[in-house]
Amino acid sequence: MLRYLLRRLALTIPVLFGVATMVFALIHLVPGDPAQAMLGESAADSDVRDLRTRLGLDQPLMVQYQSFLGGLARGDLGTSFRYNTPVSKEILARLGPTTALAVVAMVVAILIAIPLGVIGALYRGRVVDRAAMTLSLAGIAMPNFWLGPVLAIIFSVELGWLPVSGSGTWRHLVLPALTLGSALAAVTARMTRASLGDELRELYVLAARARGLSRARVVLAHAWRNSLIPVVTIVGLQLGAVLTGTIITETIFSWPGVGRLLIQAITFRDYPLVQGCILLIAVTYVTMNLVVDMVYALLDPRIRYQ
Amino acid sequence: MMRPVAFGVVGAVAVAAMAGPFLVPFDPAIQDLSHRLAGPTLAHPLGFDELGRDVLARLLVGARISLFVGLAVVSVSATVGTAVGAVAGYAGGWTDEITGRLMDVLLAFPGILLAIALVAVLGPSLMHVVLALVSIGWVGYARLVRGQVLKVRELEYVQAARALGASPWRVLFLHVVPSTTSAVIVQGTLGMAGAIIAEASLSFLGLGVQPPTPSWGTMLDAGRSHLFDAPHLTIFPGLAIAVVVLGFTFAGEALRDHLDPRSAG
Repeated sequence: MLRYLLRRLALTIPVLFGVATMVFALIHLVPGDPAQAMLGESAADSDVRDLRTRLGLDQPLMVQYQSFLGGLARGDLGTSFRYNTPVSKEILARLGPTTALAVVAMVVAILIAIPLGVIGALYRGRVVDRAAMTLSLAGIAMPNFWLGPVLAIIFSVELGWLPVSGSGTWRHLVLPALTLGSALAAVTARMTRASLGDELRELYVLAARARGLSRARVVLAHAWRNSLIPVVTIVGLQLGAVLTGTIITETIFSWPGVGRLLIQAITFRDYPLVQGCILLIAVTYVTMNLVVDMVYALLDPRIRYQ
Repeated sequence: MMRPVAFGVVGAVAVAAMAGPFLVPFDPAIQDLSHRLAGPTLAHPLGFDELGRDVLARLLVGARISLFVGLAVVSVSATVGTAVGAVAGYAGGWTDEITGRLMDVLLAFPGILLAIALVAVLGPSLMHVVLALVSIGWVGYARLVRGQVLKVRELEYVQAARALGASPWRVLFLHVVPSTTSAVIVQGTLGMAGAIIAEASLSFLGLGVQPPTPSWGTMLDAGRSHLFDAPHLTIFPGLAIAVVVLGFTFAGEALRDHLDPRSAG
């Protein structure tokens, strides 16, 4: 296991290095002068010069790159142009709400997906299966920037049960989490159905039934556990969708997280903050994929002996 | 039963996008403030938007933009991805190693994050959206084609072509790459759905098509401010996206079942 862990870790380091390089390159893709782009065309030359010095854009590219990597190593992501505070401070302040949204959305997704998937597998081809799978397909096809406003129309405008947007209480979290969780639920439900369906066709299930075990016991004690590995994997792989989903969901519901901060930073051309947010999301994604691989190897010994 | 419906939806959207101006006798840009936010009527079945423009006429122009982005992103991504994946898989060695590492880095960015980042620095425009989506889209095709090429290059007919003295490029593009076409077509059809959602997402965030040009994403964004007084501004563009995405998804799955029955679910 330790060898697998070290090998997997060694493969991640160049990827993280590549991610950092790509994020560094972003600011240099800005057409023309990034400092001029940030300040606008009407800015005074002296202001543009000052900003170039402040951002280190007057240094040779390799020097800028070294100082960027050095800063990263120290946890220094630069200074936000808009807030005039360290980028890391702005991101940290919004990490809590984003984590809360992502975690609750995952829980919502699992609570919706598992029953739908199990029903689909147990009653394959019947009306209830078709209804469950149509529901999950609708979840895949409905973009969250539509589902969110539709849920707001139903639960806020028509029924008046929940606030349309904002933060502060658990009630503010319900609609964003439901919006973000629905798309994840759709994919997970289909995976649960396929995985449990495959297990139910295995010979050991037939043998257990032949020995007189009840259908419920066979499903819950045997087939269900074995079908969990691909489900756990797909839930883990969905993290990417959660992370990008937070960008849109937070924007819809004015949820004060990192996703909304990123869009605001883009609007204000606050490139250091844009860089910081993108770096954080990408590194979180890579790290979570690493963790999922580790869990997968723990669950399935065949992986670590490959 | 869903397959004919799926292809029907895709065909209908294509026709609607092309023939939009002939189907609806209203200019999508003409404002009639006296009908601002008015709901559906017989003459205007989808109602008016916040500036009194006909929502159906704008939805049809939006369909054109969605399909353009989908086709442009899929065709360029598939071409670039096929070329890169084929060369990497056939050449092996350091070419494959470098391409593999580059793809790993690009795949380390979740979903459309990299596209958001690229449009953020390049500036919002339709062309930048296409460029950004292609920059992440080609990777999927490259991985797919590379995997197929690794299998096909060892087959006897390929070895026979090599033994007969055919050049590597001839073997690759005349004998190996054609065998990956089915898989690429299937991925491309499914990719249309992804590209349409991605364009709408970027436009919704204000990073794609800019007003007054109608796009389904910008229409949804504008509708957000009128959830209370004009919910039809949110409902219809979203429905259009959902129907088209479902159409392409089902069409892609049907093509996969037909062209590549072994991978059918």
